[in-house]
Amino acid sequence: MSVWIETDLCNGCKRCIKACPYDAIEMRGEKAFILERCTSCGSCISVCKQEAVKTDAVPRTIPDFSDWKGIWVFAEQRDGELLRVSLELLGKAKELGGELEQGVSAVILGKGIERLCDTLIRFGADTVHLVENESLRLYRTAAYTKVLARLVQQFRPSVLLMGATHLGRDLAPRLSRRIGVGLTADCTELSIDKTEKILLQTRPAFGGNVMATIANRYSRPQMATVRPGVMKTSEIPGQAGEVVCHDFKVEEKEIGTKVLELVREKKKKTDLSESNIIVAGGRGVGDRKGFVLLEELAELMGGELAGTRVAVEEGWISQDRQVGQTGHSVRPELYVACGISGAIQHRAGMMNSRYVAAINKDPRAPIFQVADWGIVGDLHEVVPEIIKQLKTGSWNKQQRGGGD
Amino acid sequence: MKQMQIIVLVKQVPDTTEVRLDPKTGNLIREGVKSIVNPDDRNAVEAAVSLKEKYGAKITVLSMGPPQAIDAVSEALGMGADKGILLSDRAFAGADTWATSGTLGKAIKKLGDFDLIIAGRQAIDGDTAQIGPQVAEYLDVTQATYVCGIDEVRPDAIVVKRRLEDGIERLELRLPALLTVVGELNRPRYPFVGRLLDACREKAPIEVWNAADLGFKTADVGLEGSLTHVVRTFSPKSKRQSEMLEGSARDAAASLIGKILNKKLLRETV
Repeated sequence: MSVWIETDLCNGCKRCIKACPYDAIEMRGEKAFILERCTSCGSCISVCKQEAVKTDAVPRTIPDFSDWKGIWVFAEQRDGELLRVSLELLGKAKELGGELEQGVSAVILGKGIERLCDTLIRFGADTVHLVENESLRLYRTAAYTKVLARLVQQFRPSVLLMGATHLGRDLAPRLSRRIGVGLTADCTELSIDKTEKILLQTRPAFGGNVMATIANRYSRPQMATVRPGVMKTSEIPGQAGEVVCHDFKVEEKEIGTKVLELVREKKKKTDLSESNIIVAGGRGVGDRKGFVLLEELAELMGGELAGTRVAVEEGWISQDRQVGQTGHSVRPELYVACGISGAIQHRAGMMNSRYVAAINKDPRAPIFQVADWGIVGDLHEVVPEIIKQLKTGSWNKQQRGGGD
Repeated sequence: MKQMQIIVLVKQVPDTTEVRLDPKTGNLIREGVKSIVNPDDRNAVEAAVSLKEKYGAKITVLSMGPPQAIDAVSEALGMGADKGILLSDRAFAGADTWATSGTLGKAIKKLGDFDLIIAGRQAIDGDTAQIGPQVAEYLDVTQATYVCGIDEVRPDAIVVKRRLEDGIERLELRLPALLTVVGELNRPRYPFVGRLLDACREKAPIEVWNAADLGFKTADVGLEGSLTHVVRTFSPKSKRQSEMLEGSARDAAASLIGKILNKKLLRETV
């Protein structure tokens, strides 16, 4: 299969260049030219008013999926505690279900977890599918895959969402291959295409340098994993739901895996995704001492300290406090970026913050483009000043215009 | 025990930390970005070579990509792998993880019996972490992802440590198994120059297979054989109107605190 341009027909309107998701078309003289990296995806064909883009591909038919209905969320529990991301997914599922006029179901696997069903209902589930037995007490890929595959094939949901946790990223691809469906990883945005009524899944690609929106037209359920911390939870007052118990046993010999030992590391809990205020530092902080200063500000504001990948690599801050493409995604009320240039990999992790304040010496630092308030200056002068004024309350006198 | 057969999956990727955006158009500048062996995959090769040194093994490196991806296979040979296979065909282009895992899976079946498949946790250009588990499912073998330690290999089982967000899990897996490994597992060795030169010679033990070699029709692979498709790509843009707070450090700090309190983001009594 290939795609080519009939040069005589091309009028150089550049519509195909705009439509190409892969930057694989450029102008050569007055005409569009398809480059080597073209994947023959065909996005350019329909936008060409001259009908100059030709293909030898046979158009693919989309099967009828009208009997696949419902938005499903895989609810992850760990030692009997629900993960916050499961509730975030329910919030999103409720929104998607509203648009499609379809119900929301949570599915939860484990042992001794019945009491969690209530929470799942309060956060948006109309139905909870509960599967409890000893073989599911600790997560094992084969056991969870088998149970979920059976439930999905029985109930035929239209959408299945999972958290992009270590467990979700182990289970989702295994399950998707088992049931023969496409899967989009690590989404940061989900929406419904109004004409096709399909799920649009947006995720960072190319190391977070671009965002890609992906559709799953040829299989059901439409499966996606979603990064923890990017969706909002919402408790729904008066929400009622039902719990459906299923009894699926999985034999040990089918599982092929034994958990010999499970050690939870008991360190001081840092959960950046729960924090309302985050004070973060990057290369401009300069040294570990600089982070002591930021920590003081964080404590004073009742927030958490975070850092960029550079700050982690320099050893100024521990890895569990890294925000960005390879670290955490956060959405605090206030994100204070100090000495952070704002590389796109970092922005991918903090762009959902409600308000962003940035302090940087370089007026051209890209962080200012994603900030609500920017201060061009040395953080080693500005941050101590903020700390001092917060402590003494003197900011009010400084501000002649008045704050409130 | 017969000689252990290990297959390592590697991918050649653009060094995404070097990628820049065109300041005018906001598009990726793809030209001039150098290609590297995906970082986690180098850990996978190192893990295989360490097992070979400890238990004895034959290592086959498998990759899929454009013709120049042979460099990634050569590098793995330079590190100590015995044999390389590159799956390369225009028809493979644009594959999603469904099509990719199906293509790799079929190639592994063609290679014959194996005890262990080792892959990197994820590739830095796609970051999906899906190929490992999907290949394991295709081949119906056990899997462990995020492997940060390999404790023991027995004729019928392997014991590994798996990195969790908040701890570590020790798993015993029935063989054959597929592992995806994380960077903390080991420190990849540099390719040995002599071996690297051999790997670049014509008689190097590297084969290139195309779609027909695997018995695929064009519609089974690449973009046509995929279940998910990119609808559009865009540069992440911000809707925020950056308001610059002017003046001395003292004035700017005061304005910022005023703004923050005005939005009720802090209690006034701090």
